[in-house]
Amino acid sequence: MTDSAEQGGETPARRRGRTGLLFALLPVAAFVVIGVFLFRGLSLDPSEIYSVLIDKPAPAFDLAPLPGKEHGLATGDLTQPVQLVNVFASWCVACRVEHPLLMELKRNGTVPIYGLNYKDQPQAALNWLRNFGDPYDRIGSDLNGRVGIDFGVYGVPETFIVNGEGVIVRKITGPITPQILQKELLPLIAEMQK
Amino acid sequence: MAPELGQYALVLAILVAAVQAIVPQIGAYRRDAAWMGVAPVAARAQFLLVLFAFGCLMTSFIASDFSVVNVFENSHSLKPLIYKISGVWGNHEGSLLLWILILTLFGAAVAQFGQNLPPTLQARVLSVQAMIGVGFLAFILFTSNPFARLDPAPFEGAGLNPLLQDPALAIHPPFLYLGYVGLSVAFSFAVAALIEGRVDPAWARWVRPWTLAAWCCLTAGIALGSYWAYYELGWGGWWFWDPVENASFMPWLAATALLHSSIVVEKRDALKSWTVLLAILAFSLSLLGTFLVRSGVLNSVHAFASDPARGVFILAFLVFVVGGSLTLYAIRAPSLKGGGLFRPISREGTLVLNNLLLSTACFTVLLGTLYPLFLDAVAEEKVSVGPPYFNAVFVPLMTPLIAALAIGPMLAWKRGDLAGVLGRLKVVAALAVLVGLGMAWYAWNVMPLAVLGFALVAWLALGVFREWAERVRLFRWDIVDSWRRATGLPRASYGMSMAHLGVALTVFGITASEAWQEEKQVIMRPGDVQTVSDFELTFVGAERLPGPNYSALAGTFAVTRDGQPVTILQPEARTFTNPPMETTEAAIRTTLAGDLYTVVGEGDGQGGYAVRLYYKPMVIWIWLGTLAMMIGGMISLSDRRHRIGAPARKPAETADTDRDSGALAAAGAGD
Repeated sequence: MTDSAEQGGETPARRRGRTGLLFALLPVAAFVVIGVFLFRGLSLDPSEIYSVLIDKPAPAFDLAPLPGKEHGLATGDLTQPVQLVNVFASWCVACRVEHPLLMELKRNGTVPIYGLNYKDQPQAALNWLRNFGDPYDRIGSDLNGRVGIDFGVYGVPETFIVNGEGVIVRKITGPITPQILQKELLPLIAEMQK
Repeated sequence: MAPELGQYALVLAILVAAVQAIVPQIGAYRRDAAWMGVAPVAARAQFLLVLFAFGCLMTSFIASDFSVVNVFENSHSLKPLIYKISGVWGNHEGSLLLWILILTLFGAAVAQFGQNLPPTLQARVLSVQAMIGVGFLAFILFTSNPFARLDPAPFEGAGLNPLLQDPALAIHPPFLYLGYVGLSVAFSFAVAALIEGRVDPAWARWVRPWTLAAWCCLTAGIALGSYWAYYELGWGGWWFWDPVENASFMPWLAATALLHSSIVVEKRDALKSWTVLLAILAFSLSLLGTFLVRSGVLNSVHAFASDPARGVFILAFLVFVVGGSLTLYAIRAPSLKGGGLFRPISREGTLVLNNLLLSTACFTVLLGTLYPLFLDAVAEEKVSVGPPYFNAVFVPLMTPLIAALAIGPMLAWKRGDLAGVLGRLKVVAALAVLVGLGMAWYAWNVMPLAVLGFALVAWLALGVFREWAERVRLFRWDIVDSWRRATGLPRASYGMSMAHLGVALTVFGITASEAWQEEKQVIMRPGDVQTVSDFELTFVGAERLPGPNYSALAGTFAVTRDGQPVTILQPEARTFTNPPMETTEAAIRTTLAGDLYTVVGEGDGQGGYAVRLYYKPMVIWIWLGTLAMMIGGMISLSDRRHRIGAPARKPAETADTDRDSGALAAAGAGD
């Protein structure tokens, strides 16, 4: 039980020193890697996320309606020339932000909006819709988020623009803002409805 | 007027901080007492200036001065006074100001209580502390000014997120920040020690109380946050592995590891370079947490202030602080001389095991938190990592940790006798196995993991008592002698037992509440009765009630058990007007045996209401356990050894005395 590390002689001590340096460099190297990713993360715009589902048919699904509502939502319902599939939940604060815009779209009859009620309690969702208004023509209740996974939902709200063949044309992650609505969404819808 | 004065004070503070960062550092290098002497004065001045600025912001909030943007956006004249005050830190700019206030508070505390430190060390610690201060002050002044004016001033404020109008949440951020920022002291000590090129037991003894204090606050902050989530979000869950929760959990894991490894430095002069690294990492993780929350890099329900410009600034700061300190570490650490050697089976050995497991746990949380970001950057794919991952990883990591927790404190330093210790723990082990078998018979079909959980709880809790009994020689000599020994044990020893017992209690609460939770979601009409656990809940009815800045739907349940009235529960669903938002106020009957948890929802239009009823056995023990951990930390903090002017025992004294030499060994085994 020696108390000194120096007793091993010169060579092992130097060897120890070299491995010591290597180990000492490890944390800073790890941090550099993390830092690069953090920087990359900063420059990733959440609204321009590439979805693997773009230009592919929407995943097959068949969801029950919310209790008391007439229509559920299934792949077969995506038959309009253009329609929005909006992923929402009553617990989602950002959904409140885009909600007035959806109501406006509904009022103007611009485009059918289908709701995918994601990982929500049906009663809470119904309350939410009663209190703030219901912009949806159909709502599917995705209780356990299974369909959300197929759609690649990672955050709520998300909006998929689906064409007449049931193919996802575009995806908006995060709340629809007036800017996105005016500059991207409305022109796209108008073009698709032609 | 107040906002301008506050702004002015912040500008002065950043100048003082800059002086404090540079002058004492040079002074320490030149061994110039006058230049070093600048540090404590500047630290106090900086604190007073930031305190003044904070007071100015608070004045604006209390006076509902809506000409200040921050007040307009986050307050409302109808809000109760306490939430006007808590509104100060309920937003990005204000919370940053609170962060800086606490940072400078710790700086001033080091100036005040660190007078027995070697002057060069104190000067360097305060200098490093001031560098962090400069960074944060610049951040607030250039990107997040809390005092910006609005012209013309609106008549009414835009309110505060009603979810945040809650007593627990009002005090949650200050505690969390005390924890986060408290770790900056350990960080500053580590960097100062690297600059000095010397880490010794005395250094560890100086760092320890700061780490302990920060750890206690962090524990309290996390526990408060989790309790808030439990009763406010209305789902009965208490931990969601949300990025923001993880951001506070990672520094906690690192700080816990640091607390334990610094003992080894203090007692045995070993693990020095690792301990310094942990001190750097603990604070770095706090900063990383700030970055993740404030930059909007990760999606989170809490990300209430995401702004890329701020993100760039924090990242640059992060690179400077973390990158700089880790580079310094890479340069200096190899030259730190290793101290006492020890066998794998020894007190140090178990503390190393503790550190390995805790840092692995910390790393897995980091990985789980950043994985979505990695994947997004590499594969442009967005995913979220949820509870299944963390639960799957945490159980196998915490199991050996808890198993070793009962053994570690009983092992001798340097060279332990595992067989001997296990021999002394055989009754404890037998009882733990018995508990496990009992649970296997009782609960196997409910949750097999509960068997393991309860066996571990029994093992750890009994092990803590066994270790205490060992220390005081309970049942070995006469009771008088045991009493004398019990009162003679250092407080740090009781602190340790208390904290370890807290771990057992928390695991107990988690296991029991997960295994036997009952849940019902039904529509109830007035007069309907539902049975949950052995309670009968009669729904009396629901009515609309006006609140100060909301209207509430209040439901009433009469609770009986075996026909005897137990209590009346009145959950509410509140609708806030400004901003429009719904919150649930669960009504909870909390007892040590379990919580009856009720939530009322909107009516179905036909006289029925959607209600959720839960019974969560033993759930309160989760927080009682964290409370015990925190109290343990405070008891340990009050130990004589940490008080100012207490004669420092020479580390050599404890190094080689073995268990057998009675009281001294007990004292040495204090942690």
